[in-house]
Amino acid sequence: MGKSYNTIAFDANKCDGCGDCMTACATAKVGVGDTARSRIQIVGSADDGFELALCRQCGDPKCVMVCPAGALTKNFDTGVIEWNDAKCVDCLLCTVGCSYAGIALDAGSGHVAKCDTCDGAPACVPACPHDALTYVTTSRIYNEVGDWEDLFAPGLAGCQGCNTELLMRHTLRRVGPETVLATPPGCVPGMGSVGFNGSTGTKVPVFHPLLTNTAAMLAGIKRQYKRVGREVNALAIAGDGGASDVGFQSLSGAAERNEQILFMVVDNEGYMNTGMQRSSCTPYGAWTSTTPIGKGSGGMPSQGKTQDAKNLPLIMVNHRCEYVATASTAYMEDLYDKLDKAIQASKRGFAYLHVYSPCTTGWRFPTDQNMEVARKAVETNFVMLWEYNRTDGLRFTRPVDDPLPVTEYLRAMGRFRHLSPDQISHIQSKVVENLAFVQQMAHRQSA
Amino acid sequence: MTEHTKYLVVGSSHAALEAVTAIRMHDAEGSLTLLTRDPHLPYSPTVLPYVVSGRSAPDGIFLRDEKFFADHRVTLKRGNALKALHAERNAAELADGSELAYDKILLATGASPAIPPIPGLDQVSYHVLRTLDDATKLNAAIKSSKQAVVLGAGLVGMHAAENLVKAGAKVTIVEMAKQLTDGYFDAIAAGLIEKAFTDNGATILTGSRVVKLAPSTIGATLTLENGSTLEADLLLVATGVRPNMDYLAGSPVEHDKGILVSDSMQTSVANVWSAGDCAQAKGFFTDDKVMNAILPDATEQGRIAGMAMAGDPGLKQYPGGVPLNTYHFFGRHAISVGSSRVPEGGEVVTRFDEASGRYLKAIFSADNRLTGIYGVNEFFDGGVMCQLILRRIDLSAIRERFVANPLAVGRELMSKTWR
Ligand SMILES: Cc1cc2nc3c(=O)[nH]c(=O)nc-3n(C[C@H](O)[C@H](O)[C@H](O)COP(=O)(O)OP(=O)(O)OC[C@H]3O[C@@H](n4cnc5c(N)ncnc54)[C@H](O)[C@@H]3O)c2cc1C
Ligand code: SF4
Repeated sequence: MGKSYNTIAFDANKCDGCGDCMTACATAKVGVGDTARSRIQIVGSADDGFELALCRQCGDPKCVMVCPAGALTKNFDTGVIEWNDAKCVDCLLCTVGCSYAGIALDAGSGHVAKCDTCDGAPACVPACPHDALTYVTTSRIYNEVGDWEDLFAPGLAGCQGCNTELLMRHTLRRVGPETVLATPPGCVPGMGSVGFNGSTGTKVPVFHPLLTNTAAMLAGIKRQYKRVGREVNALAIAGDGGASDVGFQSLSGAAERNEQILFMVVDNEGYMNTGMQRSSCTPYGAWTSTTPIGKGSGGMPSQGKTQDAKNLPLIMVNHRCEYVATASTAYMEDLYDKLDKAIQASKRGFAYLHVYSPCTTGWRFPTDQNMEVARKAVETNFVMLWEYNRTDGLRFTRPVDDPLPVTEYLRAMGRFRHLSPDQISHIQSKVVENLAFVQQMAHRQSA
Repeated sequence: MTEHTKYLVVGSSHAALEAVTAIRMHDAEGSLTLLTRDPHLPYSPTVLPYVVSGRSAPDGIFLRDEKFFADHRVTLKRGNALKALHAERNAAELADGSELAYDKILLATGASPAIPPIPGLDQVSYHVLRTLDDATKLNAAIKSSKQAVVLGAGLVGMHAAENLVKAGAKVTIVEMAKQLTDGYFDAIAAGLIEKAFTDNGATILTGSRVVKLAPSTIGATLTLENGSTLEADLLLVATGVRPNMDYLAGSPVEHDKGILVSDSMQTSVANVWSAGDCAQAKGFFTDDKVMNAILPDATEQGRIAGMAMAGDPGLKQYPGGVPLNTYHFFGRHAISVGSSRVPEGGEVVTRFDEASGRYLKAIFSADNRLTGIYGVNEFFDGGVMCQLILRRIDLSAIRERFVANPLAVGRELMSKTWR
């Protein structure tokens, strides 16, 4: 499998052109804060927005292609295109090869200069006072996970662009082959985990409990394995309906008994597999097939769901589980971190992982927009990423200090298209209220 | 039995190496042979001036090593030339008399120095610069040279002349054209280059022609058109190049100044492609086929040819050659991107600061597209300028700002348009 690399990411919306990154780069690289000598160049203006000229460390780099001296090489371990000053002959052909101004003449030295990511600790990133620059290190996960066996069958019958499939494949790779998997009715078995024609869709034992008894059955199976002396991961991947509505009784019971299982909820905010009916996790105002949009009855137009969503992960915190966390596939590092902790916790007791999982079909957004929708949910504080354990209490893992207005999230999909201004302000006020509530819990426990 | 290979790539320089990369991206297994008449591992002719000056070690310039060819399952045949192409039976006749059958062949044989037909030239010893062996010979010779003559003031000649000046020789450059670096840089830029050379003690005779050469005690005596003579203990002939395509004698592969190719580098004959300095392909500014013998174009053409040969569906047709040159002289830089010709209704904008020697010239078409940009001591991103030209980006609204600061404005346009 091809390697994936860390990269410097730029968020133009956050940049105000202060140039601190350039000063930091020039200082780190040539010892003086002359921004003209920085290898990261902020271009543009406050009117037009700022942009970046920076080496992209291309996979098939043209600068390397045209260098006559063999002075440029792509390091396939780090991904960085390295410049060898002993071989360079200052011909500048590389600057003609690069379409992105990623390698340019440094007049101060008379040689070309380019970003080398400061050996994996780029000086520009922490220098940005507005967090416009981030050093994305998620590649670590893909490099590691890429070598592990995918324990789901290829060619599942999920919708195109389904977030749940991504989540299943990552999760099973991580928990590994010594796993027994429970997948109650929902999208996960619907797309094939339980298999076709007498064979399973997974390469680990999988079973299909009822919506109501998933946690109870899985707990029993785990106990039986323990009794025969075999160490296995007991994992449930359940939908939000199966967990927060019909399956809640057995879920709550297993948590209260502190059963040694990992219960993952894929929250796509409805019964999507059976035709997109509402669940108690469906948010206020959302269209579903049972909370339709239309004339309504008795003079009351129907405008989507009229109740707010239940906050299931917070309820699980109140079971004082070994571990409870919320996560999103748009933040893979965070997700993996929590997955690791949840797996460890499930060896001691009940671990609960709640993953917000956008649904292209039920929420009605284009199939290529999954990550964007998932990211917007977090950036607007519509959902919050946090974790809880009994010792340290609750803490935000990706606090959003400067949230976008919730309309940025709502606008990204069809299920909220009909909302009236009143409904939108209701949702915005709920976001504020929920945030304050979780913040209070975080403060209380840290105090 | 004749040896057979699926892909035969002839040449081991930029065009050939990029074709190998492109073929292996799409076809990891098909048998691939790289045939080159050069005895060394692949290197670039462009780096040779630095071998001459001693800055680059001759064993430090190789672009690939044996391991690369082993890892990519490429059979490397060095020191054996293509002698005749028998396209009608898909076979290559080699200099050692053997024959190699192929499914597809790439002719990436580049160019060699063109030797002018001056009476007496064959009676004296002289240098040229195209191969590593040429460069090591010249490197040894400049150390003892006291008075050298360089024929031709193109980039190859100028580079060598600078090396000779720095090595302490008295150097005379003889050039037929009215200015030096003709075809690369305009008169003002050439004037700046000339001044740098004369300031450093070189003599430049433009508009001059050598009509006769004869051996002398120190080396050679050159007689110029005006009757005057020059003595040289070292003579370098750098009067241009001619493509290597003698092996096409009697072959149906169509050729003119070079080997004629389509926009996917295919020649007129099935299973035969050509790329680089030996190919004559479409120009970007004209539909005529032109010679654009520069390194970046050799790599691009090589890529396209390799993709076409391997049947890679990602192939994009050749947009046409854009002239690009960078030239480093006595610590200064000159860059040219695009055509020097002013299109009909177009306009030339220049700015020149005599004190700092900073010079910029930009050429725009009637509809405000950039068609060429030249700078001396004025750095801009050549690759960005090339994209502005290739994408025919409308600069009406920002032309003045662009000319004032092509570096910053070019980057701005880049980040808005193709980032
Ligand atoms: C001194 C010098 C300086 C230069 N500076 C610049 C510069 O600054 N910028 C720029 O853009 N360009 C420059 N060039 C030009 C540039 O080097 C060429 O455009 C480029 O090398 C072309 O690559 P190519 O692969 O087409 O051919 P070449 O580099 O010419 O390589 C041809 C290959 O084919 C082999 N070959 C030839 N005939 C046969 C045969 N019959 N059988 C087998 N093998 C054969 C040769 O051994 C060689 O390996 C310079 C050239 C020289 C000589
Ligand atoms: S300037 Fe240096 S790194 Fe760039 S192409 Fe020339 S030799 Fe290579």
